[in-house]
Amino acid sequence: MRRFVAKGVVGIARVLAGGNVRRVGFTPDERQRIYFANHASHLDFVLVWAALPPRLRVITRPVAARDYWDRAGLRRYLGVKVFNAVLVERNPTSGSQNAIDVILEGLGDRHSLIIFPEGTRGDGSTIAPFKSGLYRLGKARPDVELIPAYINNLNRVLPKGEFVPVPMLASVSFGEPMHVGEDEDKDAFLERARNAILELRQW
Amino acid sequence: MVNMIRDRQTLMLFGGVLGLLLLATIIGQLIKLRRRNDVVDNLNARIRAWWVMSAVFALSLLTGGLGSVILFAVLSFFALREFITLTPTRPADHSALFWVFFIITPLQYYLVATQWYGFFSVLIPVYAFLFIPSRIAISGDPNAFLERSSKIQWGLMVCVYCVSHVPALLMLEIPGYAGKNARLLFFLVVVVQLSDVLQYVWGKLLGRHKISPVISPSKTWEGFIGGIVSATLVGTALWKVTPFTMWQTMGMAFIITIMGFLGGLTMSAIKRDRGVKDWGSSIQGHGGVLDRIDSICFAGPIFFHLTRYFFT
Repeated sequence: MRRFVAKGVVGIARVLAGGNVRRVGFTPDERQRIYFANHASHLDFVLVWAALPPRLRVITRPVAARDYWDRAGLRRYLGVKVFNAVLVERNPTSGSQNAIDVILEGLGDRHSLIIFPEGTRGDGSTIAPFKSGLYRLGKARPDVELIPAYINNLNRVLPKGEFVPVPMLASVSFGEPMHVGEDEDKDAFLERARNAILELRQW
Repeated sequence: MVNMIRDRQTLMLFGGVLGLLLLATIIGQLIKLRRRNDVVDNLNARIRAWWVMSAVFALSLLTGGLGSVILFAVLSFFALREFITLTPTRPADHSALFWVFFIITPLQYYLVATQWYGFFSVLIPVYAFLFIPSRIAISGDPNAFLERSSKIQWGLMVCVYCVSHVPALLMLEIPGYAGKNARLLFFLVVVVQLSDVLQYVWGKLLGRHKISPVISPSKTWEGFIGGIVSATLVGTALWKVTPFTMWQTMGMAFIITIMGFLGGLTMSAIKRDRGVKDWGSSIQGHGGVLDRIDSICFAGPIFFHLTRYFFT
């Protein structure tokens, strides 16, 4: 049933946004990965997820905000059951688990993740500076490849503040795997990661 | 709705298309044996896609009409999606676009299916025409207002209104032709598409003098004349399946091919303005849906109205 629903969601995403995928120096396989992408629409993770081959989708979990996705009804069903999302607190209260620990736990030893290092949705015209999470994940798990992904045009399908999508061809471009350099500092790495996404724009 | 005719004439039409596809496939493979390059690969990709497109079209006709209404509704939807993708819109257009895709387009095809001619012919040029700018104005963003409204209106006219005239052929009541309108649809689509193919073939074989190098570098006078003449002749050969006489059929086929050419040229001009070669990439070798149906957009409504005015 969940697989069936997942297929349905992928189908709807295709009808709305097309299925254009470009791979620039990236080959999908079972290795553990963290896909990081620009963020302008609630549909972003669905499109990145749908852009992966079906066998990789089952091991790939989006990292999403608990306050949005952990609500009764359809959202929780889709977020938790269908997409197996790793839910994190956006505004941590004292006593709640550290978000990075939650994400590392969700990564485990066989899953891949989809994250949006800007932290929040933009308007699609620019990419905001990255939050430090990506750097900390890369430091904690140097064995996991970090894959930049640029999502084009999806902000027009479902812009911030709208509730209904309109059809528009979008695309996902995956770039070459990256790692945090041995003595690379946080800001340098985050800027390098952000540039990797910006470079994919021209493809 | 038209009952699909499983008689000899229809079988012969399908047989003819099948024969053409087989011939094209054999020629494509023979050329491949002698020479391999991008043009040949693209040719074979196009032929493969033609098999799929012909099968889908034949299936839609076999369902007795409703299938063709659904097929062209789906084509309109995807063509409009390609059109709007390449059209700069602003967030304030979002609601208008939602209406265009999910209310107006299905409604137009619902009117085709229920054969409500009066409303079918004014829904988009009157009601949608006034609705779109009003809805955008309510959203309150005046930047490039006229440009945004007209581009959405234009996309709706070409991708939905014009295309919907093809299945609308089913609603024409032609004396002595009851229950056979699906053949008219077949005639139109085969002549238009064959004309595209033959213009391409003649152009590749003999093409020298470009008609409009800036807008469409692949269109040549040799391809144009060869394609129009040969497609008109093939169309004329089909006159027995139409409600027209032989000379009338020739005239219709000629007008269809000319309109098809103008459609291709006009849509190319838009692509050039937007700086792209194809509208999309959903049909292998051909580009997007709109690349394949641009000629039908222009030929459909004219063929519909000529037939309606002179033969009903």
